[in-house]
Amino acid sequence: MPILEVKELRTEFRIEEGVVHAVDGVSFSVENGETLGIVGESGCGKSVTAMSIMRLIPDPPGHIASGQILWKGKDILSLPDEALPDFRGAEIAMIFQDPMTSLNPVFTVERQLGEVLEKRFKLVGEPARKKMVEALEMVGIADPADRLRSYPHELSGGMKQRIMIAMALMCEPDLLIADEPTTALDVTVQAQILHLMKSLQERVGAAIILITHDMAVVAETCDRVAVMYAGRVVEFCDVYKLFESNRHPYTFGLLRSIPKEGLTKDDLLPTIEGIVPSLIHPPQGCRFADRCFKAQDRCKTDDPKLRDVGEGHLVACHFPIEEGDR
Amino acid sequence: MIDPKSPMADGAAVGGVGTELAKDTILRVQDLKKHYPIRGGVFSRVQAAVKAVDGVSFDLMKGETLGLVGESGCGKSTLGRTLMRLEEPTEGRVLFEGADLAHANKKQLFVLRREIQMIFQDPYSSLNPRLPVGDIVREPLDVHTIGTREERQRKVEELCLQVGLKTEVINRYPHEFSGGQRQRVGIARALALEPKVIVADEPVSALDVSVQAQVINLMVQLQKKLGLTYMFISHDLSVVEYISDSIAIMYLGRIVEMGKKETIFDAPTHPYTRALIASVPNPDPRKRRKQAPIEGETPSPVNPPRGCAFHPRCPFAQPKCKEARPELEPFSGSGDPRHVVACVRKDEI
Repeated sequence: MPILEVKELRTEFRIEEGVVHAVDGVSFSVENGETLGIVGESGCGKSVTAMSIMRLIPDPPGHIASGQILWKGKDILSLPDEALPDFRGAEIAMIFQDPMTSLNPVFTVERQLGEVLEKRFKLVGEPARKKMVEALEMVGIADPADRLRSYPHELSGGMKQRIMIAMALMCEPDLLIADEPTTALDVTVQAQILHLMKSLQERVGAAIILITHDMAVVAETCDRVAVMYAGRVVEFCDVYKLFESNRHPYTFGLLRSIPKEGLTKDDLLPTIEGIVPSLIHPPQGCRFADRCFKAQDRCKTDDPKLRDVGEGHLVACHFPIEEGDR
Repeated sequence: MIDPKSPMADGAAVGGVGTELAKDTILRVQDLKKHYPIRGGVFSRVQAAVKAVDGVSFDLMKGETLGLVGESGCGKSTLGRTLMRLEEPTEGRVLFEGADLAHANKKQLFVLRREIQMIFQDPYSSLNPRLPVGDIVREPLDVHTIGTREERQRKVEELCLQVGLKTEVINRYPHEFSGGQRQRVGIARALALEPKVIVADEPVSALDVSVQAQVINLMVQLQKKLGLTYMFISHDLSVVEYISDSIAIMYLGRIVEMGKKETIFDAPTHPYTRALIASVPNPDPRKRRKQAPIEGETPSPVNPPRGCAFHPRCPFAQPKCKEARPELEPFSGSGDPRHVVACVRKDEI
């Protein structure tokens, strides 16, 4: 049984211009211990999906309109608000893109980590301190005892993200959601943090949902991948299929538009023409039809459902990519 | 005959001696420095300096794209802005067609700026939200009073078409555009004065991958058609590898290695260049790395390490690396005449 199952999730935001259908019928599952990538471009709904799982959607203007989020078989959406503080962190922890704003600037690292330990394990004093030092050592921070006395502004971006990871893992969650955890970091530090997350995952056995816009990061870290476009999952498969035999024209175009090694500027970069549709008035048929080189009349009227095209490879497309298209 | 557009028409060459450049060099940067003072204490005395750019020299060749690469805080954006005189240089020269941009007076600078234009990273904040797009693109033409009103209006339409925007957009405002379209407006504005050199500071970093490819293709097409020279500043190595002819790698305010694109990617020599290239994740799940190529983070430019600034992170460091700061010197091992490396151990590692 998957540890997390998201079924037909719909999350909306009411704004002046209308209702934004940010997440519009998203389904996927996460197996115990695996790394699931959710990949897509800005506005596709990947972060809103994560915030919905954590029940962190600001209401108003947002709310979860329908669907189910089954955590170990129980629906998170039916949890009473009072149960949320114990659920977050202990069961599912989350780290965010910007480590600069995720830590409170007026408290030391010790105070912030201590708060977590006190809430989660009722741990205070010397035992708590010992656990904090261990956690900082585990995420590769030198002189952990000194660092506990630091304020966030005294730490580099990479160090702050390491502390966020330490904080998340101290709670021993079964799932870690990482929303663009390395986007704000330099590439040499990104490599360190991704590697750290993978090695800690092996040690503690937690599952990870990694949200990113960067296909190379997906290739580097994920086992399975959900590709999102305009509030929907359009393709769901293992990472090898995604890079080697993807079937959705959007995935296909997205991967082709990354400059490849050996390509020079005498070769034109393949692009996806056009722009993402409005999520206030999404098109009736396939949301990608306007930009799709394979689109036919049916695509403009008939909304494709996510279906199995073989070996658990799910694609939402009437005319998936064939070998001849590559 | 003096071309009225040339800064030479403004009198003697700015900056004096030795401003002649080789035929195919369009811009020469010599020992450029930009230090920001840190003030403190009761009398706000200068206590230290952030050496954002600390002695950078390179040649930009006519018609090429030079990729300037480095991580945050390495000084690549400051270098771009200082070279444009958007920041006052602390020291050094920027030679362009017989003039020194770094020492040009206001009037000379006004003329020189027609030749060197800039494209900025954030298409959301670099366009005035209160002006319709046509006015934004026309502004440089108005400022420099080029042509009649009608001619300018025609030029604006021509520019819009050139960057792939329909002429209807002229009366619309920036907020009505997507990020990619806004960057096209920024490019049209930069092209208005028919510059020879464009400094592009992370022009596609704020854009989604699929849109990124559109803007990169546009920049390449324009370069071929108009014979532009680009200085392309970016932290994204895969984009830089695609668009550049030559590449300079910066670390803590200095260029540590520079050469042809092929040299830098196929035979990187400086240990930092090697680590940087090895750190870029590969979009191929079968080529996963077993471990991170390099530990540690870039130190603060306020108090950079002595000697070679990279030595605390360098796997090849020896005691001598702490003593003197290595200068950029030609490296013959690669067979690339433009290849220069700032590392005392470049011949042995």
